[in-house]
Amino acid sequence: MQLKVTNSPFTEEQAELFNRLLPTLSPAQIQWLGGYLAFYSAGASSAAGSETSVAIEAVSAVQEAPAAAVIEAPKDATILFGSQTGNSQRLAGKLAEKLKGQGVQVTLSSMNQFKTNNLKKAGHVFVLVSTHGEGDPPDNALTFYEFLHGKRAPRLEETKFSVLSLGDTSYEFFCKTGQDFDKRLEELGAQRIVDRADCDVDFDETASAWIASVAGALSSSAGATAAPASAAASAASVSLDGESEYSRVNPFKAEVLENLNLNGRGSDRETRHLELSLEGSGLTYEPGDCVGIYPQNDPALVERIIEELKWNPEEPVAAGKSGETVSLRNALEHRYEITVLTKPLLEKAVAYSGNEKLAELVKPDNKEQLKAYINGRDLLDLLRDYAPWTIAPKDIADLLRKLPPRLYSIASSYSAHPEEVHLTIRKVQYEAHDRERNGVCSVQASERLEPGDKLSIFIQQNPNFKPPVNPETPVIMIGPGTGVAPFRAFLEEREELGVTGKSWLFYGDRHFVTDFLYQTDWQRMLKDGVLTNLDVAFSRDTKEKVYVQHRMLEKAKELYQWLEEGAHVYVCGDEKHMAHDVHAALLTVIQQQGGKDSEAAAAYLAELQEQGRYQRDVY
Amino acid sequence: MAKKHKVEPIGGPPSDVELLKVESNYLRGSLVGSLSNRITGGLPELDNRLLKFHGSYMQDDRDYRNEREKQKLEPSYQFMLRVVTPGGVSTPEQWLVMDELADKYGSGSLRITTRQAFQLHGVLKWNLKETIQDINHALLTTLAACGDVSRNVMCNPNPYQSEIHSEIYHWAQQLTTHLAPKTPAYHEIWLDGEKVVDSLEQEEAATKEVEPIYGPVYLPRKFKIGIAVPPSNDVDVYSQDLGYIAIVEKGKLVGFNVSVGGGMGMTHGDNQTYPQLARVIGFCTPDQILDIAEKTVTIQRDYGNRSVRKYARFKYTIDRHGLDWFVDELHDRLGWELEPAREFKFDHTGDRYGWIKGKDGKWNVNLYIQSGRIADTDTLKLKTALREIAKIHTGDFRMTANQNLVIANITGQKKAKINALLKEYGISEGSNLSALRRSALSCVALPTCGLAMAEAERYLPTLIDKLEPILEDAGLREEEINIRMTGCPNGCARPALGEIAFIGKSPGKYNMYMGAGFSGDRLSKLYRENIGEEEIIDTLKPIINRFATERGQGEHFGDFVVRTGYVKPVLSGTDFHS
Repeated sequence: MQLKVTNSPFTEEQAELFNRLLPTLSPAQIQWLGGYLAFYSAGASSAAGSETSVAIEAVSAVQEAPAAAVIEAPKDATILFGSQTGNSQRLAGKLAEKLKGQGVQVTLSSMNQFKTNNLKKAGHVFVLVSTHGEGDPPDNALTFYEFLHGKRAPRLEETKFSVLSLGDTSYEFFCKTGQDFDKRLEELGAQRIVDRADCDVDFDETASAWIASVAGALSSSAGATAAPASAAASAASVSLDGESEYSRVNPFKAEVLENLNLNGRGSDRETRHLELSLEGSGLTYEPGDCVGIYPQNDPALVERIIEELKWNPEEPVAAGKSGETVSLRNALEHRYEITVLTKPLLEKAVAYSGNEKLAELVKPDNKEQLKAYINGRDLLDLLRDYAPWTIAPKDIADLLRKLPPRLYSIASSYSAHPEEVHLTIRKVQYEAHDRERNGVCSVQASERLEPGDKLSIFIQQNPNFKPPVNPETPVIMIGPGTGVAPFRAFLEEREELGVTGKSWLFYGDRHFVTDFLYQTDWQRMLKDGVLTNLDVAFSRDTKEKVYVQHRMLEKAKELYQWLEEGAHVYVCGDEKHMAHDVHAALLTVIQQQGGKDSEAAAAYLAELQEQGRYQRDVY
Repeated sequence: MAKKHKVEPIGGPPSDVELLKVESNYLRGSLVGSLSNRITGGLPELDNRLLKFHGSYMQDDRDYRNEREKQKLEPSYQFMLRVVTPGGVSTPEQWLVMDELADKYGSGSLRITTRQAFQLHGVLKWNLKETIQDINHALLTTLAACGDVSRNVMCNPNPYQSEIHSEIYHWAQQLTTHLAPKTPAYHEIWLDGEKVVDSLEQEEAATKEVEPIYGPVYLPRKFKIGIAVPPSNDVDVYSQDLGYIAIVEKGKLVGFNVSVGGGMGMTHGDNQTYPQLARVIGFCTPDQILDIAEKTVTIQRDYGNRSVRKYARFKYTIDRHGLDWFVDELHDRLGWELEPAREFKFDHTGDRYGWIKGKDGKWNVNLYIQSGRIADTDTLKLKTALREIAKIHTGDFRMTANQNLVIANITGQKKAKINALLKEYGISEGSNLSALRRSALSCVALPTCGLAMAEAERYLPTLIDKLEPILEDAGLREEEINIRMTGCPNGCARPALGEIAFIGKSPGKYNMYMGAGFSGDRLSKLYRENIGEEEIIDTLKPIINRFATERGQGEHFGDFVVRTGYVKPVLSGTDFHS
């Protein structure tokens, strides 16, 4: 129904605003708006006034606020996250929940959706951000990162802040993005109320402690009702779990239903298609989500490490910080990371090595040598290269990182395969430093996993990689190699839901005959019209190497037309080369076909990204 | 001249393939689009049918079909490419091109077919065009190597009568050229030839017959022509739709006896299909053979069965209407009559291995090639050896109807060098092999042939391994017995003319036939049905032993099993099943 002056109590201007807004709302938004208006009319507060994209959080915070807290001016907290795989986003959600429970008025937003002119008004800013590749911010932090580091950044003398950064110590630029934000906010005059916490791949404990500290800092600075709990005690109470019984910290033991190689005979690659049962777990997922797998280290490698140190494999050792005790062999197979060396590991190892050269290597002057050494080497190399050792089995808890779960984009639609989840895992195996190196999870999947076996898994939601809500919106999916996995999920879901919008997949690999992953699935989808266009590039079949970006450029005209029709673009797969090349190809297409200069094309693409129309899941 | 026999062409609704041909616009169809489709390595069925006319058809590695299906991969589609080489002759330059293409685009090996043609396997769809272009640049073609047209014309490679060979070969070439399809589609699709766009030319094209011999629907089925030079019947002239038997008098080629209506293919379980021997209908002079071929083809074009493909071969057309009808019809279309057939005698179908000096003083060496497969293996670098020879050879290469190879016209100067290369690589002239092995013929069958029901090329050598000790014990190591095996009853290795023959029924099971004439003038007869290796050995052993002791002077195995009553003689295909 169109609102008019004649059929509503609104002015013409109001009616027009409503008419413009209402058709764009999702059912969830309408439902929420009903509650909001009821609340609004009760005249409880005018707090929600200026909020935009984050009004939900603001209002629900006020709703939940204890009456006692309302008497004082409610505290505000702006929680900004930059997340690629969803970890930062999930942690930001936890912080928001925690603070709301304390009566804080919370604004929760991804960085690129945050209206930067609200930054100055924020009393507290909490940044949760991960770091990628060569110290790069995640996609949805890029524009905000640039804004904050640019000339237009406001002075923030009135602002208090803290940063949680996520990263991986095996990378050179560990947690760089978080560190940059931390430094920059200070430069802009903001006041740090809790020290930055840098999380390694095993982030749960550090992140919980940081959330508790922030919560404590806010409640103590408020001088409000509850006494601030100690950070440690509070940390234990912060659950990072989702709604399901099973989660990252309590993984589900999923039975392997199928494990087959998708690469045909004669291929130089091996890609496993795993089908896992979710039966009885209550776990569900959406297209774009990931599965985390807790893998098993190669028992042969564990054996060699134990032999190297002449240890007793049955000796009981700590399984982690929980106090649980398991055999040394079990610990090295299932609990600790043994295939990657990090700078902190080497620094700690000095204490256990009788070899002076190790102490020399970790000196700040030898940064480059250290970097070169840890590249491609593992614990066994370290043990062999820097003997003799004084280390005892009990010391591994101090020395080694927890074995982190491996994340894989889900390759199936839950609606198409109820109580199942499919994964696409490419075997990583190569020679380095005179030894064969095995990808932990991929080689397990390839060599030590059969139907009937079980894998510890959890579902990792990825809100930053989701098909468009509107079924008519065209989708362009670019996923060479295993990057095609989520698009099988997207398309299966569209098939199940009978989505009629156009879809276009760009796929590539080395050889057509052996490496066309899920070929017969795509052929069927093309035939049935679920997939509108499919363009493929096989790099090793022709003299000139051809990649997906070349196919994109060949189809530039049609591609741009789709963009202009509102298509969403999804890119999944290799970050280092593919994602960059595809990005460049998109810019070229926009430039050529849109008659834009490079700056305008970049702005066009940045806008797509801000609108959530250009989403990437790259690794 | 009044016609004695009035017959109507057989009616019935045209088969799907006939409709396809009509709609293909002279062999174009939707090939261009299907070839450029990158999502599948295959072609839709209809385009695959058309592709045959262009000398290729789709196959897949059947060994891994099921495995790939599970892996969510389509069958590993690949294309067989057959090259038209009249009489099996190629130059060293052409040999080198084929050798290179086998590695560059094929599966690494070349095959000499039972019709003296080159065959490449394992060519991917995206490489078809470049492969065909390279073949054409070497002045060879794949056009009409398969399909419902006249196929590669066979002729005896004949290193003995070197002066006759050049004449015979000339006519084989002439026949090939004369009967080649004239559609520009081949040129357009593969060689980037421009379409006829000029309006005047279009007008002209509209009035001019594109295919003056075939017409727009081509033939009802394939059509095979071979030229034999007695006493050798290596081309199995009686298996050809149209055969020419050279008549040499006083060392000069005076003409040919003409034979019609032979053919090997049949369908298991359908007694209306059968192999048939061609019958000699008269004599012609060399300059008449093109006219005879053209008119014979047009008779089959007009009277062949276009409703049921398995009844469409020329042999059924003749048997349906009678040989007399055909001869009358032919004379009618020729406007003149054949002379009475002349005397000739065949005495063998196999090759004569080893070095032979021709009357022109040039040398020839006939090499034994197992199953016609030219490949490098761990133990035998045959392909490399022939490449090295081709690099220095100044004569020609001749593929034989028995899938062997003659290196022909070797100068005295090069003989030692070529012989040294053969020795270096350990290439056999066959002298060290049993006569049975030298006389063996098999088709490709599994894994690439889509028609195969059982193994042939990959299995026959193993079976021979097991028969050799029996022959050895019986003192028959040097006895030539034609042994042939095909994976299906279509008869590519001409099993109905094998003294011992096996036609595949299912994996490991064969129908066993015996009793064909040693010189290819009598068909074999079914002796045991659906038997495996053990039964084959058990069946053959006592017969071989009896043959060793009871055979007459110079009596061949095929004649022996007929005389002693193992099988009845089959002198016409119509008696094949009775």
